[in-house]
Amino acid sequence: MSTAAPTTSAPEKRKGGFTAAASNYIDERTSISTVVKELGRKAFPDHWSFLLGEIALFSFVVVLISGTFLTFFFQASMAEVHYEGSYVPLKGIEMSVAMASTLDISFDLRGGLFVRQMHHWAALLFVAAIGLHMLRIFFTGAFRKPRELNWVIGFVLFVLAMGEGFTGYSLPDDLLSGNGLRIIDGMIKGMPVIGTWTSFLLFGGEFPGTAIVGRLYTLHILLLPAIIVALIAVHLLFVVVHKHTQYAAPGKTQQNAVGPPILPVYAAKAGGFFFIVFGVLALIASLFTINPIWNYGPYDPSPVSAGTQPDWYIGFADGALRLIPPGWEFVWLERTWSFNILVPLVGLLVFLGLVFIYPFIEAWITGDKREHHIADRPRNAPTRTAIGAAGVTFYAGLWAAASSDLIATHFKLTMEGVIHSLQAVVILGPFLAYFITKRVCLALQKKDREVVLHGYESGRIVKLPGGEFIEVHQPLDEYDRWRLVSYESYAPLMIRPDARGRISVWQKMRAGFSRWFFEDRIAPVTRAELEASHSDHH
Amino acid sequence: MTSSKRRTGRRSPLATVALLALGLVFTGGAYAAFSTGTAQAEVEATSQQTIEEGKKLFQANCATCHGLDAQGTEAGPSLVGVGAAAVDFQVGTGRMPMQMQGPQAEQKPVQFTDEQTKQLAYYVASLGPGPDIPADHLVNGGGDAANGAELFRINCAMCHNVAGAGGALTEGKYAPALNDVSGVHIYEAMVTGPQNMPVFNDLNITPEDKRDIITYLQYIQDNRSPGGFELGSLGPVSEGLFIWIFGLGTIVAITVWITAKSN
Repeated sequence: MSTAAPTTSAPEKRKGGFTAAASNYIDERTSISTVVKELGRKAFPDHWSFLLGEIALFSFVVVLISGTFLTFFFQASMAEVHYEGSYVPLKGIEMSVAMASTLDISFDLRGGLFVRQMHHWAALLFVAAIGLHMLRIFFTGAFRKPRELNWVIGFVLFVLAMGEGFTGYSLPDDLLSGNGLRIIDGMIKGMPVIGTWTSFLLFGGEFPGTAIVGRLYTLHILLLPAIIVALIAVHLLFVVVHKHTQYAAPGKTQQNAVGPPILPVYAAKAGGFFFIVFGVLALIASLFTINPIWNYGPYDPSPVSAGTQPDWYIGFADGALRLIPPGWEFVWLERTWSFNILVPLVGLLVFLGLVFIYPFIEAWITGDKREHHIADRPRNAPTRTAIGAAGVTFYAGLWAAASSDLIATHFKLTMEGVIHSLQAVVILGPFLAYFITKRVCLALQKKDREVVLHGYESGRIVKLPGGEFIEVHQPLDEYDRWRLVSYESYAPLMIRPDARGRISVWQKMRAGFSRWFFEDRIAPVTRAELEASHSDHH
Repeated sequence: MTSSKRRTGRRSPLATVALLALGLVFTGGAYAAFSTGTAQAEVEATSQQTIEEGKKLFQANCATCHGLDAQGTEAGPSLVGVGAAAVDFQVGTGRMPMQMQGPQAEQKPVQFTDEQTKQLAYYVASLGPGPDIPADHLVNGGGDAANGAELFRINCAMCHNVAGAGGALTEGKYAPALNDVSGVHIYEAMVTGPQNMPVFNDLNITPEDKRDIITYLQYIQDNRSPGGFELGSLGPVSEGLFIWIFGLGTIVAITVWITAKSN
């Protein structure tokens, strides 16, 4: 630009005012305008389900802000003190400094309880929003090429968020979280050979020791948040690189992204949305108690309260432990083999592992190497949707099992009845959910097909001159029709011999999976079918 | 303005109301004072008349299961030696007479007046020695809440939950919530061990420690959570349900609104 004669061009610049001058100053030094131009014109498709990840992001920001405040006052030490704060039923009780400082934050620090509750509520919302966001990605097939790696990153974020939650939950060193830690300790000790060593390493000696709160604190405020922030950055970068997915609609193709540009409309909306999330969390934190550690009291390995549960996102693991029938412990080679712990541990790891690699499994089965930017309607991928429903049922069964005692008391049932029913839900439920969901998806597809070919029922009954009654079917308009016919249908893979004329077991397996996936399918209406149906009717 | 001048003092329309209220308070107060006076006079623990009245009530209402002389039948245990405290707890909280056999006797509306309950209690107490109804100073909450809270966490919380919200036991039995139980009944439950509850005798938990536990429970009954609504004091389960249904529900509803197309 006109940098040659700054003195003469100065009056000219003043026309733009301070903002223009400042942006020019920054741009000349950082070339940021190219980034703004690129990002600002990025189109972001508009659909409510695309904002679920933003809920997670924004609640994470709230967690960071409130957590920073808490670190100013929390002391991660397990040294013993006598509580001398203002909560009467704990006065003079011996507890760790961690517990005492958390109580001080709650009762003797202005706004402390509010921020503590906001931090905890925001953490629960963070993980919940991640869960819902993952379900959206899964059921719309938004994990397909090129987004498989972003699914993996998202999954790692989900696991790290659970880790953040658990480490934070354990910090106040209260009775409830201490019992939670004891369960983790039990699970670690249940691992053959390395269990006891690992537990002693983690706790710095026999449980509970005097080291664990400090160690968890380092993980909670340093290591895990740093990894999460870095991964979120990569996760979002990938969203920019891949473009956002969009739902099928006229004008939306695999090559474009249709929606309002980030600047100014979308950024304003998202910015406003942040304050809404912040506001809702502030409202909840100001009105509803969460984690009342003053009720729980300091940790002491002997008492265990009725209704001891982990926070919701660890519930599925607690539930898995609760559902194992009694007597799964054996002594062999003078060692105790705790299958009551190993089976749920391995089961959950397998479940999480399957979630982790699902995009690759599906890509292998379909053999589809194309990029997909149009999100599926769940019904148009019946087998995937059914698998998802089975997974959700499995998870929900375990999750419900974590509150088996509360279900028993609140619905006036027997504990044993609840446990046995949930065992059935966890084992049989996924199969039932799979078949029902798959049939429902196929039925919905048939319905769509019917509507495309013959129009929708208008409710208008007409009597023909011959005396016959018919219901008039209204044809769909083109926009709606496009939505219903534009999906991809896969056929099962054919087994073909390879270069050496052999059919490998691997290939047979793949063909088997492919048949399982795509044998039952409703093909989208073709142009020819559509034209044929039109000529029938008109 | 002139009318209001005339209608002040004795002639104010409110005077009638005030007079009426005053009259009601006096009559009601006098009646209450009189009736409690008589009740106390009547329910004299050792008086033969009390025991006779109690026996009549017992034979009419309890003997079907416990036997005519409280010796027990197949349907109900012997009550010889359970003491006045057991009867006062079971009948005073409406658990007895039982509506039907079940995993455990449920709390329900109290069936007898205070006077009748005491008569029943002293009748049963006359059959054999057992724990008595505790003295007032043990149950009115004048103890050390912090010591009570610690004892409660160690001895009671595994069934009743740390916040006294209750909890599940096996085969449909449960430990009830303690958020509206009176001090007398808490004390009696500890010394008699009703339903599935163990007995905490005076060697196990001294009367002073029992008083501290009652003090703590009364503290959490009277002081609601400093953090706001308690969501049933059920811990992470109700918190998780709340954030999914109301927290995430609200925000998802807002996302729908944000992305709605303007008409």
